[in-house]
Amino acid sequence: MPTVSVKRDLLFEALGQKYTDEEFDELCFEFGLELDEITSEKEILIREQGDEKAEGASDVVLYKIDVPANRYDLLCLEGLVRGLQVFKEKLEAPRYKRVSPADGGEPQRLVITEETASVRPHAVAAVLRNITFTQERYESFIELQEKLHQNICRKRTLVAIGTHDLDTISGPFTYTAKPPGEIRFKPLNQSKEYTATELMSLYKTDSHLRHYLHIIENEPLYPIIYDSNGIVLSMPPIINGDHSKISLNTKNIFIECTATDLTKAKTTLDMVVTMFSEYCEEPFTVEGAEVVYPDGRLCVYPELAYRTETLSGDFINKRVGINESAESIAQLLTRMCLRSEVSGEGDLIQVEIPPTRADVIHACDIMEDAAIAYGFNNIVRSTPRTYTIANQLPLNKLTELLRQDLAAAGFTEALTFALCSEEDIADKLRKNIAETRAVHISNPKTTEFQVARTCLLPGLLKTLAANRKMPLPLKLFEISDVVLKDETKDIGARNNRRLCAVYYNKSPGFEVIHGLLDRVMQLLDVKPGRNQGYHIQAAEDSTFFPGRCAEIFSCGKSIGHLGVLHPDVISRFELTMPCSAIDIDIEPFL
Amino acid sequence: MADTGLLEALLRLLEKVDGGIDSQDVAADLGVDHQLIVGAVKSLQALGEVISAEQKSSKRWELTGEGREIAEQGSHEARVFNAIPDEGLPQNELMKMPSGKVGFSKAMSNKWIRLDKAHEGGPRVFKTVETIEDTVRDKLQLVQKGLSAKLEDKEKNELKKRKLLSEVTVKSYWITKGSSFSTTITKQETELTPEMIASGSWKEKKFKPYNFEAMGVAPDCGHLHPLMKVRTQFRQIFLEMGFTEMPTNNFIESSFWNFDSLFQPQQHPARDQHDTFFISDPALAHEFPQDYLERVKQVHSEGGYGSQGYKYDWKIEEAQKNLLRTHTTAVSARMLYKLAQQKFTPVKYFSIDRVFRNETLDATHLAEFHQIEGVVADYGLTLGNLMGILHQFFTKLGLKKWVEVGNSGVFRPEMLLPMGLPEGVSVIAWGLSLERPTMIKYGINNIRELVGHKVNLQMVYDSPICRLDS
Repeated sequence: MPTVSVKRDLLFEALGQKYTDEEFDELCFEFGLELDEITSEKEILIREQGDEKAEGASDVVLYKIDVPANRYDLLCLEGLVRGLQVFKEKLEAPRYKRVSPADGGEPQRLVITEETASVRPHAVAAVLRNITFTQERYESFIELQEKLHQNICRKRTLVAIGTHDLDTISGPFTYTAKPPGEIRFKPLNQSKEYTATELMSLYKTDSHLRHYLHIIENEPLYPIIYDSNGIVLSMPPIINGDHSKISLNTKNIFIECTATDLTKAKTTLDMVVTMFSEYCEEPFTVEGAEVVYPDGRLCVYPELAYRTETLSGDFINKRVGINESAESIAQLLTRMCLRSEVSGEGDLIQVEIPPTRADVIHACDIMEDAAIAYGFNNIVRSTPRTYTIANQLPLNKLTELLRQDLAAAGFTEALTFALCSEEDIADKLRKNIAETRAVHISNPKTTEFQVARTCLLPGLLKTLAANRKMPLPLKLFEISDVVLKDETKDIGARNNRRLCAVYYNKSPGFEVIHGLLDRVMQLLDVKPGRNQGYHIQAAEDSTFFPGRCAEIFSCGKSIGHLGVLHPDVISRFELTMPCSAIDIDIEPFL
Repeated sequence: MADTGLLEALLRLLEKVDGGIDSQDVAADLGVDHQLIVGAVKSLQALGEVISAEQKSSKRWELTGEGREIAEQGSHEARVFNAIPDEGLPQNELMKMPSGKVGFSKAMSNKWIRLDKAHEGGPRVFKTVETIEDTVRDKLQLVQKGLSAKLEDKEKNELKKRKLLSEVTVKSYWITKGSSFSTTITKQETELTPEMIASGSWKEKKFKPYNFEAMGVAPDCGHLHPLMKVRTQFRQIFLEMGFTEMPTNNFIESSFWNFDSLFQPQQHPARDQHDTFFISDPALAHEFPQDYLERVKQVHSEGGYGSQGYKYDWKIEEAQKNLLRTHTTAVSARMLYKLAQQKFTPVKYFSIDRVFRNETLDATHLAEFHQIEGVVADYGLTLGNLMGILHQFFTKLGLKKWVEVGNSGVFRPEMLLPMGLPEGVSVIAWGLSLERPTMIKYGINNIRELVGHKVNLQMVYDSPICRLDS
């Protein structure tokens, strides 16, 4: 959930009303937002870097507001204010309009060449004319781009935004891709020219930009945008050129968004222009720009598309659990920037979805907005009339019953991790990793998460090691799942519910563990015996001390092992006393 | 038990006094070691209210070994003086005496004797006075009689300096008569025995009182893990509410069931390497319900079922990627798909099992935790129903601020309709972690103190039973 930070006083000025913190918190809640924190730049600096660094920092009050992840229209002060004013019915939602150049001139044009196909094939563009910036508006403009980059643009991988002072460049613009050695320009806020190759190493240490280098670093061609004079506008998704940078005095802005996902690029462009066209000479109008594709297709952006959905008042009432007239529902929706009207046929409502509400993709989103506007706290809570009989999962039911009786038998339950290192399930148990049927994790951050466990024993032995100071004997058990590769399953692996127990003392206590097996079998109502019962027979297993290991059979089927652990296993788990263990599969007893 | 004779002797002494007596004095009176008297006091105390004894400590002057020798035989200087006959004694002979050296110099400084160095036959010692007063011996004898108070501090310190006296701390008991004082001893029994029951002799016996202040002996037993005890209670709550348990015993899941089937787009940040554990072996899932997969692909890339879709290039390769499930909702998706393949009947499902996140670890986050999930599928479920059932669930938990610990919602039609569920069916669901409410309930701040191999078993041994609603 993104957090938007706005200056309180600016916010109240724009809302035309002052609130107490509590009142504003309440307003946020009603609108489906959350006032997360009230702070200031100074407070943040003190918290993060200490008193000294914070000296002289601004103590202007900041509101940090949590915004739902897909509400890109609320990521800046302008959008928040607009949303709240419409919600409070102090303002009618503006209509965003794409216009042609004022004096009948040619629209700006961005030509995409086919070289971009391999690296970043999409681009859209638009122009904001005669905009008036103030310091605050300018900062908000930059901040919105950053917020969009972090959210809908997925850290610039899907979309990257470039904004330029149109009066410093001249179209038509070319979006192409070139080998990094052939790209050379003066990047934003640098004093000299660099090749793209040099830039990539320059930004290796840049705390902000280094996070984006990987997106194109290993590509043979880098995306690049030129104007008709060969001036570089930007090298997306890394950096803009210094030449076309915008300032407080910029009047006309050329906006380009390059992308790997065209839908997201269109939404991103719509967001930037709908939010900031407010400050244009003719508010909420945006000058269209032409984009020419390598195949000759020509599209005009921004799309600023309005869409109408028709749904019934009954649908909303039934899904939310309220009983409102169609007119009242239409009013609720209009307050959420979804201009709605009762169409006249029955209780049908025509809902218009503006370009700012890209998150509304289904009637269920409209239903949710109606619920927000109605107020979640005003909806009557009711119990579903769904009548069902509960069933336990047989495997879990068996597990629950066995756990109780294992504790009654004097063993204490451990709870260990399902992920561990390769070493835990192989080397330390004197096994070969290749023979474990282990599922391997491709991106572990540490060795603790290399594999899913194939047996419960390592977890129990690590629990013993962490509790060596406890009085002996230590008697532990765990009944839980291990994971094994299994070709017959759709995903190639399956869980297996195992019961494992260990006895750790000055003497190995094989008879104790053997006694536990007898008790478990008694609980499972399996009698001792070769055929229909259970029996154990001597076996060799590298984890166990030679001659001190037996395989356990139930109804003629092998279900596990018990025995005294090999001294090397004991040492490798940093233990010092003899230890006996039992490990069985409980699934055959279902 | 100390010797009965001694106990009775002590009691007889106590009988004679009005107030009480000091155990040291008893030792002196009976002429036995004080330790024996202490033993006797303890034995008598164990008999009940025969006596009462209060421990006290006092400081006392005592003769050292050398001090006792002097009290008996006289000071070294006196012994030297007495050894000299009127005709004197050769110095070398005098020096051979045990007290010679010290006695000679003290007697010299007392001016009791003189040394004639020029005497023929070698230096010779003569008395200078007729009689002497051995004050050192007198003082020590006073102390020996317990009359050290008659000496001045200065005198005592001087004798201490000469290592003839030492000050010791004496522990003793002030013994007084108890409420059932008697000079005869009845032996108390410690425990009731089968013989006493058989013979009825218990009726005549006195029994040693128990110390009810002491802790009992811990029972020899096993213990269930506290988090698993809480899991049992959550299962119980769901079962009481009529929810059926889902089969969540599949930690490995495909991206398809974990994300795509839930209408989670393929570029979603949750699908990033930084958030999810992907599997290198077996890397890919190889079997999907084909027609359903096509419908999922369509709703993502083009929309449908009344949805605009996400309008992106949906790739099977992305859906095939195996991972450690990031939520049990992957299982809910499988269950709902299965449900959709039959004639629809309303269901209530739950699960509590492990999920995995490749997150940065801190005091409240581990790479694996237990997720609790509840799902209800029926015709005509409303948001009011969702809030109603959540209220009931969290009331059973005894948690007031449930908003803080969980997530809830209505599954999107883009997820349900491609599965084949009927149009009017709504599915409401909620989820929370098992660890979080357990930590709140038991006041544990660090999750590592609750789960994993590093937990202190003492915590497991000591944890109380789990009653969520109290």
